[in-house]
Amino acid sequence: MTQREKQILEILENDSRTGAEQIAIMLGMDVAEVRAKIAEWEAQKIIIKYNTIVNWEKLGDDTVTAMIEVKIAPQRDAGYDSLAERIYRYPEVKSVLLMSGGYDLAVLIEGQSLKEVAMFVSEKLATIDGVQSTGTHFVLKKYKMGGVILNGKHEDDKRLVITP
Amino acid sequence: MNAVTNWAQRLSPVVRNIPPSGIRRFFDLVAEMKGVISLGVGEPDFVTPWSIRESCIYSLEKGMTMYTSNYGLLELREAIARNIYGDFGVTYDPRKEIVVTVGVSEAMDLAMRAILSPGDEVIIPEPCYVSYSACTALAGGVPVPVATTAENEFRLTPRQLEAAITPKTKAVIIAYPSNPTGATISGPELAALAKIIEQYDLIVIADEIYDKLTYEGQHTCFSSLPGMRDRTILLNGFSKAYAMTGWRIGYACGNPDFIGAMVKIHQYTMLCAPITAQMAALEALRNGKGAMEEMVKQYNQRRKLMLHGFRQMGLDCFEPRGAFYIFPSIEKTGLNCEEFSEALLKEANVAVVPGTAFGQPGEGHIRCSYAASVKQLNEALERIAGFVSKRLS
Repeated sequence: MTQREKQILEILENDSRTGAEQIAIMLGMDVAEVRAKIAEWEAQKIIIKYNTIVNWEKLGDDTVTAMIEVKIAPQRDAGYDSLAERIYRYPEVKSVLLMSGGYDLAVLIEGQSLKEVAMFVSEKLATIDGVQSTGTHFVLKKYKMGGVILNGKHEDDKRLVITP
Repeated sequence: MNAVTNWAQRLSPVVRNIPPSGIRRFFDLVAEMKGVISLGVGEPDFVTPWSIRESCIYSLEKGMTMYTSNYGLLELREAIARNIYGDFGVTYDPRKEIVVTVGVSEAMDLAMRAILSPGDEVIIPEPCYVSYSACTALAGGVPVPVATTAENEFRLTPRQLEAAITPKTKAVIIAYPSNPTGATISGPELAALAKIIEQYDLIVIADEIYDKLTYEGQHTCFSSLPGMRDRTILLNGFSKAYAMTGWRIGYACGNPDFIGAMVKIHQYTMLCAPITAQMAALEALRNGKGAMEEMVKQYNQRRKLMLHGFRQMGLDCFEPRGAFYIFPSIEKTGLNCEEFSEALLKEANVAVVPGTAFGQPGEGHIRCSYAASVKQLNEALERIAGFVSKRLS
């Protein structure tokens, strides 16, 4: 991949609504070329999805998020993958990461209440064959998600309007 | 005894005769208005990368609040020397050939005062940064402006240089990439200038503050040219590359006689650059490269956006290859640059700087800084296009 192609992805990752025309101008490329590249990446699932980052908290939404440390026994032929799949198929599970260190999977779960999350862990997660233990950590406050600072103070342009 | 004292008459005539800044009047105009998008800002829209700010906070916690050597922290000078050697292959002895200054602005003043005798002439290619003529005059010298032109993409040509040289010429300022034009100059073109400089035995003050913001081709450091190192006072700093304008931190490199003389002035007028800023600069050189490259990448995208935008409007605009300015010609509108800028501000709420703020050869042009977000630049381009279209037909 060329540096310019990489920049197409970076621009989209930062603001997925940036149009192909604008990207082409910013990178000095042909707009047809940019469109073709984006279509190719969409087909190859390199561009998976165009998401919006929503700060639900501001709407008074009190969804509970928890990070669950899960220890599992790797399975013959499948390693950690088949167990990970059994876990990530639940819609309550927002992300699953295989970790080095003291536990194996970091599982991010969202629910309507502490009780709902706790019940999900004890009834669904902990009972899966191969899951050896779970440790639940509730999220108290989100500061930064996916590279974006939430509730960051709006930083006004503090520069003088005209400077040499 | 009761006559009102005319204090202005008591001022030094040298200071009194320095013309007021062309930017000042515009600043006052803009400051009164609301909803203005300003393309008039000569500094990055990024704040200093966090690792640099954090290291400064840490240095304060450690109690780094004392004077440093007049030359600046040796560690910083060593890092500067390594950096210049790495980028351009020029060697400077950090012990006696580098001085850390309060921005390039101070370094420019020191350089002028160190080398000029009353009446010495300094050749200054215009349009250029606003301080060169004033610094020359304050040091007792005589500024000799040379008008570079859009046809030559605002590069100083050997012919222009030679034509401006007189028996009184002491030095020439070479400042690329250029504020306000965004012009760059190639190695071979600089070499052609160097030949004349050597022939007439001139000193060069090279202001290379925008060197890292070069988007096409490679920046050539003037002192890297054969025979030029010892006759060049190389000025650079951290303001533009690392978004550190308000820290006021720069440096000068040159032969030990030049730098020694500059330090002599610096020690009595400044003593040393602030240690906090020096500590931050050290972090910038050690760990700031990634953040700097990311900023450069974004400036480059905006540069293309602006060039495309102005050309779409039907204005003539040469491609700026450095700094973060674009310098389109507004001659087709039939307005001069002052009229254009003032009307644009009042009718379209966009602030730009008239080219003449950077010397008379800037007439017919406006300086637009693209150190602003893509969203703001798009909005500004749209407003300017609307304004221009009414005047082109």
